[in-house]
Order: sequence, then C-alpha cells, then structure tokens
Amino acid sequence: MTIVKSVTCPVCGCLCDDIELVVEDGKVEEVKNGCAICESKFIGYRGEHRVLKPKIRQNGKLVDTTLQEAVKKSAEILANANYPILYGWSSTSCEAQRVGVELAEEVGGVLDNTAVVCHGPSILGIQEVGIPSCTLGQVRHRADLVIYWGCDPWSAHPRHVERYTTFAEGRFEGSEWKGYLQKFKAAAGRKKIKRVMKQAPVKNPPSIEPVTPSEPPQKMKKDGRKLIVVDVRRTMTAEVADYFIQVEPNKDYELMEALRALVRDQELDVNSVAGISVECLEELVDIMIGCNFGIIFFGLGLTMSAGKFRNIDVAISLTRDLNMRTKFAIMPMRGHFNVTGSNTVFTWQTGYPFGVDFSLGYPRYNPGETTSVDVLLRRESDAALVIASDPVANFPKKAVQHLVKNPLIVIDPHMNATSLMADVVFPSAFVGIEVGGTAYRMDHVPLPLKKVVDPPEGVLSDKEILNRILEETRKIKLKQVEAA
Amino acid sequence: MELLIKNGFVFDPINGINSEKMDIAIKNGKIVDSIQEKNAKVIDASGLTVMPGGVDIHSHIAGGEVNAGRLLRPEDHVKDVERKTAITRSGVGYSIPSTFTTGYRYSRMGYTTIMNPSMSPLEAKHTHEELSDIPMVDKASYPLLGDWWFVLEYLQKGDLEECARHIAWMMETVKGYAIKIVNPGGLESWGFGRNVHSIDDRVPGFDVTPREIICGLCKVNKMLNLPHTIHLHTNNLGVPGNYATTLETMKCLEDLAGDDKPVAHITHLQFSSYKGRDWRTMKSGAEEIANYVNNHSHLTMDMGQVIFTDTTTMTADGPFQFNLYNLTGHKWVNHDVETETSGGIVPFRYRRKNVVNATQWSIGLELALLIKDPWKIFLTTDHPNGGPFTAYPKIIAWLISKKARMATLKRTHPKAIKRSILSSIDREMSLYEIAVVTRGGTSKALGLKHKGHLGVGADGDVAIYDLNPESIDLPTDYKVVRKAFSRAKYTIKGGQVLVKDGEVLQEMYGKTMWLNVETDEPCRIPEEMKTKFRDYWTVEFDNYPVSDHYLRSQSPITVKASI
Ligand code: SF4
Ligand SMILES: [Zn+2]
Repeated sequence: MTIVKSVTCPVCGCLCDDIELVVEDGKVEEVKNGCAICESKFIGYRGEHRVLKPKIRQNGKLVDTTLQEAVKKSAEILANANYPILYGWSSTSCEAQRVGVELAEEVGGVLDNTAVVCHGPSILGIQEVGIPSCTLGQVRHRADLVIYWGCDPWSAHPRHVERYTTFAEGRFEGSEWKGYLQKFKAAAGRKKIKRVMKQAPVKNPPSIEPVTPSEPPQKMKKDGRKLIVVDVRRTMTAEVADYFIQVEPNKDYELMEALRALVRDQELDVNSVAGISVECLEELVDIMIGCNFGIIFFGLGLTMSAGKFRNIDVAISLTRDLNMRTKFAIMPMRGHFNVTGSNTVFTWQTGYPFGVDFSLGYPRYNPGETTSVDVLLRRESDAALVIASDPVANFPKKAVQHLVKNPLIVIDPHMNATSLMADVVFPSAFVGIEVGGTAYRMDHVPLPLKKVVDPPEGVLSDKEILNRILEETRKIKLKQVEAA
Repeated sequence: MELLIKNGFVFDPINGINSEKMDIAIKNGKIVDSIQEKNAKVIDASGLTVMPGGVDIHSHIAGGEVNAGRLLRPEDHVKDVERKTAITRSGVGYSIPSTFTTGYRYSRMGYTTIMNPSMSPLEAKHTHEELSDIPMVDKASYPLLGDWWFVLEYLQKGDLEECARHIAWMMETVKGYAIKIVNPGGLESWGFGRNVHSIDDRVPGFDVTPREIICGLCKVNKMLNLPHTIHLHTNNLGVPGNYATTLETMKCLEDLAGDDKPVAHITHLQFSSYKGRDWRTMKSGAEEIANYVNNHSHLTMDMGQVIFTDTTTMTADGPFQFNLYNLTGHKWVNHDVETETSGGIVPFRYRRKNVVNATQWSIGLELALLIKDPWKIFLTTDHPNGGPFTAYPKIIAWLISKKARMATLKRTHPKAIKRSILSSIDREMSLYEIAVVTRGGTSKALGLKHKGHLGVGADGDVAIYDLNPESIDLPTDYKVVRKAFSRAKYTIKGGQVLVKDGEVLQEMYGKTMWLNVETDEPCRIPEEMKTKFRDYWTVEFDNYPVSDHYLRSQSPITVKASI
C-alpha cells in the first residue's frame, strides 16, 4: 500500500491538487480530500466500457487490431484527407495537445476544442473587450463579494466555494492567522470572520426564505464575505447563498445592462428588469460598488442562453465599469479539467485558442467559419480525428451526420457514442491517473498531473499515440511527394 | 563540427576589437583560437561585418501574460503569417508572435540569446513550456519578486538574510535568472485596486515602502552574488512627471554601490523619463536623467524605445495598465496573481501625429544618445510594449544616423520637436557602439560569461551582416544598415549555421539558463515553506516547482552566495 499525496484531480476546471490516494496492487483504493465526482473518477474509472485493444472497422464492424495497423490506417486517413478535423483536446494533457497542433499543421486540418460548444462565446467576448481577472487565490485572500452567475458550482465544481471563494480562509478575508493585518481593514475584525465561518459549514447551509423580487435583499447588509447567485432556477448553490436573484430565462443581457446603467449612476425608468425590482438592483449595485474586492464567476447559463457572446461582452463591460469604483474581477467557470490548457497551448503555438485552420499552410481563425461544427455543417471536412471527447453526443445532428459519414479516428480511454461510429479506435491511458502531464486550471495556473498507477498493458498515452500517427503520416506524405 | 569565419570585419567590444579583419574559429560549439582549415566548414566573410550573436536583455516573449495578449488580439495576427516549410513550423506575428515564429524572427536578425523579463512564479511552468517552444535562441526568465509576500514580510522584519535565502530557493524552484521588481509596492496595493505614488508611500497591509523594497532586494542581490543586478521597473511608470521618481530611485541606490560595478538595471527607461504635470504638458525629462547617469556608475539601463505602430502593451504593472485602459478605452486584460504579482494588457497604437507619442519616441533616442557611455544603456523596445522586436533595425538606423532621426522627426507632430532636445543632438553611433548596445553591453550587464563576445571559450554564437565598414558611410546609408540588420547574412548558434541570407536553414532549440544559488543552509527553507504553503497559495507545495520536465534543454548556472 502506498499513499500518494498532492495529486491533481483530472475532472473539472477547479483542478484541486491536494488529493491523497491510497494505492494498492496497482489500484486506487481510497480517495481523500476529493469531492464525490473526483472519488468516482479515481475509483470508478475502470468501467465496463474500457477496451484494451485498438479497433478497426471491417465490413461494417469494429474488430480488434494491432497498434501498428491502427496507426497505419489512421495515418493513411489523415494523409489522404484534404480537410480533416482534429477535435476534442479538453480532457487530455498539454503535452498531447502540443503534438496535436503539429499533426494538424502537418495534415492541413482544422484544430478545434470543446470550447466551441461551451465557453467559445466567452473567448469571443474576451477578444472583444478583454477581461479583468485574477488567479483563484486572489479571490480566496481578498474577495468580500462573490457572485455566481449562470453556474452551479455546488454540482459542477463541487470544491470551488470551499477552496477558492466564500468558504476559504484568506489573508484579508475570513482569516485570523495574521492579526496585525487586520488593521488594513479596521471594520473587518475577528467577529466578522467568526460570523462568516458560522455560516460556512457545508453540512448546515443556512436556510433562506425565498426573496420576493420587490423586497431589497436584507441579508446583504451583513458584514464579511457575501455570496450572491444569479440564475434562472434555484440551484444548490443558490440555497446556501446570502442572496439569490432569479433572473427570467434569456434576460441576462437586460439585467446586466440595467446593472451597468446603475453603476454609472443612471436612473432606470422601469419598475423591474428581468423579473427583479429596480430597488433590489439598486441595492445590489450598492453592494457591488461598496465591496473591497468583488468577482463574478459565470457559467454556461450565461454563455449558452440567448445572446451568447453578447452576454459575456456585457458581463465583462459591467466588470470594467465596476473597476472605476472598486476592485472587480470576472472569470469563466471552465468545465473540462484541461479545456483552458488546450486554449493556452493552441494560442502560444498558433496565435489562436480554438477553431484553427491550417489548410493554407499557416494558422487561420474565423469563428463561425473555421470552427469544427461549422465546417461539418458546410460538409467540407473529409475525415476527422476525435480525441478525449464525444461530439456524436454533443454536436448538432446535421454536424454529426457529416462527421460519421467520413473516415473517423477516435482516441479515448472510454468507448463512447463517437467511438462506436469510428473507423479506427485507440483506447488510451487515463490522463492524470495512468499517465502524467500538465493541465491548466480555470484561472490559467498550470499544474502537474500525476501518474499514480500503470495503464493496462499495451495501452498507450494520448501523446504517444499521436506521436506515432504523426510519424507515420509524415512517412506517407514524404512518399507522396517523392512519387509526385 | 568545426567552422571558420574568414576575413570578416570583427566587432567584439568586450574584447576591445573594433572592426579588425580577422578569422573566428568555432569547434564543438565554442570559440577556439584556431582550427585546421581543411577540416572545417568555411564562411568567407570578406567585406562583411562579424559580431557576437545578439543578446536581448528585456523582451516579453513567453508566459501567461504574453499568451493572454496573443489570445486577446486575433486582429494582430491575421495580417502577418508565417507558412510552414519543410524546416520551420507555421505561426503568426505581429506584435505578439507565436512561439516558433518568435524564435525564427530573432534568429533572422542575428540574435541568439533572449531574456524574458517577467514571470509570475506561480505560473512559471507556463513560461518555461513556452520558452521550450521557442527555437533558435538561448533564453532565461526573471521571476517577479518585488511584491512577493515573503519578501514584503522579511523586509518588514528587517531580516535580509532570511529574505535572501527565500529568493535563492525561489530562483531554483522556478528556474529564474534575475530578481525582477515591478512598481514595487504598487502591485500589492493593486490587489485592492490601489497604487503607490512615491518611493516612500507605505504599502497597504505591510509596513514597508518601495524604497525599502528596492534597497532591500538590491542588498539581497549582492548577498547572493547573482550575475545580473536587480532588474527594476520604476514606480510611477508612464506617468507625466515621473522623471523625479526615477531620479529619486536612482539616488536611493547610490550608497549601495561599493565599487564601480552597477547595482541595478532600470529597465525601459523611456517610460520613466517624463516631465510635466499631465499629458497636456508632458515633455522629455531625458536630459536630467542622462546628466545624472553620466555622473554616476552604479546603474545600467535599457531604452524601451517606442515605434510608431500598432502594438500590445503588457506589464506586471497592473495599475499602469489600468490607467492606460482608462486613457484609451481599449480592450483590457488584468491578471492578478495571488501572493506574488499582478499584470495587465492593453493594445496600443503609437502615432506619429500624436504629441505625446512623438515625444515618447524622442525620449528613448535622447536617452540612448545623451548617456555617453554605451555600456550603460542598451537597445530594447521592451517588446512588445514600445513596439515589436522586429523594429530593432529601425532603431539602429536612428542611432547611427542623424539624417534617419530627422527624417522621422520631421513627420511627427510639429509640437513634439520642442518637447525634447533630440533635434539638437548630433551624436551618431558607430558600429562598435551598436555592438555594445545590442550584445556586448547587455551580456556584460547580465553577467553572461560565455555570451556577447568572441573570445576563446565563448559560445559559438555569431552574427554576420552584409555591411562593409570600409566602404559604407553609416549616417548616409542608414537604409542599407537597416536592411542588413533585419536580415542577417548568417546567424550561427553553437557553431551551427541557422540562418543564411535571412532564411532559416535549420531549426535548433537553445538552452534555458537558470541560477542554482548555493547558500550555506539550503535545507531549512523548504521545510518552513511546507508548513506555511497553504496559507499563501492555492496549490500544493509539491506541485509548485518547475521540474526538469518543463525545460526542453537547460543550462543551470551555479552561484555561490555569501550567506
Ligand atoms: S472540484 Fe473538480 S477538481 Fe476538485 S475534486 Fe471535485 S471534481 Fe476534482
Ligand atoms: Zn518589460
């Protein structure tokens, strides 16, 4: 039995790196510090769907094959394609992503990641206006106002609140460990901290009466860290929040614009916006302006509701405006553990975060044109490599139809809907469990992923598989050139 | 492999060689006395200028901030692309080129060593991953340490030795090369949206002042015997009237200069040399600064020259970037890093017809020309802050030719001429002086023993330019000079010919240099750190260091500290 400490959890964008694993006989037996999702990943990853041998489609059926055959077939597919798509990347390591860029460049394909179906609009919003942000520790140490907008960390990023925001111990907020620093915030004494901590325990969330939209949020008058949730429905996070604002579906944009107006001291001529009374909004804005350090975390509730990238644009603009009055930051709640990493790697190697088109021999980026879903909908691609994701389950139907019509290579530890439709399937090792590497947290902090157990015999890492395909593809292309 | 560069006009200021016709021999990647010609590859350099490979002391080429800039600006890339070739990877420019492109472009200009001056320790892995993807050059990175909580706490306690030990630990842990200080105290204040405005303001939450941070770390730097000095971005950078703060900063370091050796490097000095009460009355403070520098020997500096172009500003100076955003209303990225530093990015276009920008342009050149000793002030644009590094050849032309300067100055805002004394400066640098400000001087200031010169034992890094010093009249033919420096005739790295006639012949990955600082009691820090770590950061102690995995190829430099 060995205990492995400081393991990074390869599940969500929180990338908690304090996981302790008890490993016995090459198996993870016990998980400490992780949330339920983390635990089920480390313990339950050897699900029934695990295949150990590469597969290849013969006479319409997927049959076992050798690694060499699978590599050769994949290389043939890619080398002969005019415009292949290389999609996925958010749940693998940066090391594999780097090989992926090289492969996409070599075959003149479109390199795209899952941001295209989640936080793509956030990136477009950032490219429009920028983003005032920070690392999560900055929130932990300083934030006295945390707003979750269109996201439910309680279920999707379970340790976010505990590790990084309202329930975390920081230097300037919720901390007792350096008494002299309290001078800095005279009003914020130990009492406040105790009060915050009393509210904090997860097991005993304070019950909150439904707030009728016409009433100003009384709870917000308390001292200490405040937690606000804005969402269309009463989520788990909303339950523990100091204040929950229920926005009418698809009215986020209007609500943000109203807040912006109020931050700029403009008057609103209506009584309510998006189902919330103007008095409430005024109160809310006063709290936002009055805080020492505020942050908005936003999720798919904002990026995928009506307005999409305009929602993000206005959310960031609101944060910009707030910085004229106090310190304010904003951050997207990235889902897959390394979606941030793939945007990061693609950007440093090509200049662009996703939807990178190499068909002209250099990187080109035009979201809506060079993004995978759009290429598929225009039926322009003639092959695809999918890695560590399941587009057949997530893409629009028309896009999926074109995807599976053409030769399809899948690299994934699991069999999923996409691999069932593939022509070549590579089972790969679990990143962060059976193979190490690097991942980027949602705030761009890079963290090492650990190899804690060996992969099953013969199962290679994503990086290794990609390297072999790349090598083989180069050989074929060289021959093609020589022949010509 | 052996290489013989025959008959070139050699400029090697560190060894006092000024346009001498001689041969340079390289064996096993190093300069040697002589080699047998018949065994060697021979480059006929007759009629050409031979210099050591360029050494850039300050250029933001890698890391979180640079990459956030890339992501922010697709419009910067579209018009400037690099195609994949049989040898090179594809990529994009312009002001924030992708990693491969960065390496090729530097190499095409004859540069072989680049210092990346800004790395937040928490994100150092990112910086090193990118540096590992920059081919053609050797490189190193300066961790941002001026507002690191440990530094503030130990300085507050007055415990310099403990502070020094922590810095030594940090250099090794994040694989850094020098102590970078940016707007000391200002970055911590920026955590709550504030700033410091003089070197004697107190840092909120910590009982220290910028003066104490600067002097404290300068002393620490000496205790550790680091090869470079502290690398300082001053308080009030980019603020009209800041030349006074800069002079005060320079003065506060006077007492720390024991011998003739510099004790601090003030970076991108242009941005810290403004007179005036506000932007309307802003004018050059270069003369005052240069006067001071000419009478003291404890400082080195670099220009931070402005280029009239569209570029991307990025510094760890969060409050400065915020002000720039307020001024322009442009896109703005802010990125504060827990316990350590902050950062910001704002796209910016320097316009010839804008009085302030034209004055900024003048100030950079004034400083370089008014400071008499070229070993004190070096050529940079603070890439990409003043403009992309690809503009260096333009700056060289301005430095060697009054005609070139006047040609540009004439086309700037008419009022700008009166706000500086540039038009009255007649100095024109020689090629020897250009070799000082682009390689010899930088390398000496950095304490890089094997770089920036062509003496026996030096790295075989050589740049050959298509310039015949005997036949050319630099001030008149400045366009020829500009062209020659933008396309090296040959760039040689470790004895390998990487570039010929401005084209990449061969891709090669250089080494990442970092300091392994040996103190008397090295072991105590990690133990203490371990117990405190979670109070400071949101990552685990074990996951913080930059392991070897993150360096494609490295060259650790061992330094023996005197503590
Ligand atoms: S919050 Fe996310 S990263 Fe942290 S343990 Fe849970 S699943 Fe893993
Ligand atoms: Zn800089």
